Amino acid sequence: MYDFTGLIQGINKWLHSILPAVAADVVGWILIAAAFLGLFAILGLVLVLAERKIAAFFQLRLGPNRIGPWGIFQTVADAIKLLLKEPVGTNRADSFLYNLAPYFVIIAALMSMSVLPFAKGLHAYDIDIGVFFVIAMSSLGVMGILLGGWASNNKYALLGAMRSGAQMISYELSVGLSILTIVLLSGSLRMSDIVASQSDYWFIFKGHIPAWIAFMIFIIAGTAETNRTPFDLTEAESELGAGFHTEYSGLKFAFFFLSEFVNMFIIAAMGAILFFGGWMPLHIGGWDGFNHVMDFIPPIFWFFGKVSFLIFLIMWFRWTFPRLRIDQLLTLEWKYLLPMNLANILLMAFIVLMGWHL
Amino acid sequence: MMGAKIIFYILAGLMILFSILSVTTTRVIRAAVYLLFVMILLAGFYFLVGYNFLAGVQLTVYSGGIAVLIVIAILLVHNIEHRLEQIPTFEYLWKGGTLLAGAILFLTTMRQFPFERIVGTEQVSVSDIGVKLLTLGEGGFVLPFEVVSVLLLAVMIAAIIISKGEKFKTEDND
Repeated sequence: MYDFTGLIQGINKWLHSILPAVAADVVGWILIAAAFLGLFAILGLVLVLAERKIAAFFQLRLGPNRIGPWGIFQTVADAIKLLLKEPVGTNRADSFLYNLAPYFVIIAALMSMSVLPFAKGLHAYDIDIGVFFVIAMSSLGVMGILLGGWASNNKYALLGAMRSGAQMISYELSVGLSILTIVLLSGSLRMSDIVASQSDYWFIFKGHIPAWIAFMIFIIAGTAETNRTPFDLTEAESELGAGFHTEYSGLKFAFFFLSEFVNMFIIAAMGAILFFGGWMPLHIGGWDGFNHVMDFIPPIFWFFGKVSFLIFLIMWFRWTFPRLRIDQLLTLEWKYLLPMNLANILLMAFIVLMGWHL
Repeated sequence: MMGAKIIFYILAGLMILFSILSVTTTRVIRAAVYLLFVMILLAGFYFLVGYNFLAGVQLTVYSGGIAVLIVIAILLVHNIEHRLEQIPTFEYLWKGGTLLAGAILFLTTMRQFPFERIVGTEQVSVSDIGVKLLTLGEGGFVLPFEVVSVLLLAVMIAAIIISKGEKFKTEDND
């Protein structure tokens, strides 16, 4: 539970002992891919249930409560229903792009998940540009929404896609710049370095006020990146039907739906890694006894605990704030968040230069 | 090394395929999507030679930025039923022939240069990139960096003036 390095190496050695080298590598890759796909599906089921339960909690309802104890199998039933549904498409859609669009979204989500460190030694690909890779992948995900909205040949879908294009391209800047503020502290884009350099203080404490500002901007812009309320203009049920995925049904709709929730997980995980130390337990420099007690809680619980807290925060936003209009949305980004972010980066650079951080 | 070679040929083959599709298709949005695939595959080449940072830049700027901008522009002006005109066969022939001649010229010139395989390239750190971008001396990029920034600023102002041209004029008359 504490260190997965031994377990992963054990599996790797065992594969190499029973198979030739190339085959062992290929089987290893397939196992990793299967693990990620499994995590993807489980995340989808758990997060949708959590969303419905939390929504019910905020609205003084019970939420799903018929299937299984406290309704915990509701989303499993929903998933089976979606799998069995007939795929209904439109006749005059651009069928190639219409079918391609969901894969853009889902592949971008999967690829950005592949570089996240889940616990000590539980890290699929520790690429040297880790954080930057996640930004690059999230900018590819926009393409799926744009193409899906356009290829449906539906004016509501097109409106949703245009809104999402304007929104995601603007808010990508804020996400990128707030991540850059933290990269100034860590001096590295590699995920394992970022986590390791938080072993005395988490970055949110290390960077004083600029880190708090960066975290707030990150969580606002992250909510916008994932197209969630109060920034869900792309879907806006009351105005556009269902926005860019109006014409999708069955499994393809499920892909859009699933990747939206997984993107929320990725934003929360990035927030946990960058600001709250990832899987690193709460350590305070110099307090050895306290640090030792904190080490008894396994890293994987720390990681998923922090991620769950951030996901709860994002869901809390959804039931607290009303939806923004498109001009308010763009004003918020270009007139408030972006200038604040640039000033914040300068402030952080100054703090790092003077060595004032903890 | 064998695996890298196989991946190289798969990437190269796909890249040639999508490049050809991108210029022969009659639907302009599909041309943009094929162009996007070519840009993503180019990032694949950078990953293959181990230059991950450039691959990330390629994915963010070209695939995520330029290609998305092209697609948004097409979304605004094109109907889904719209088709470009079919190119006549004889045009394919002489344009393809010209291209082939150019490729042969390029390859014969390039092959005269003795390329060396660089083994064990060191990883580039973020601070290296940052320092090089702001260095004036040898290997520094501060001048190109500033020139590009000024150019982009000028382009943005020009775009605003073109799109709001009429409004600026009426304000002057008042």
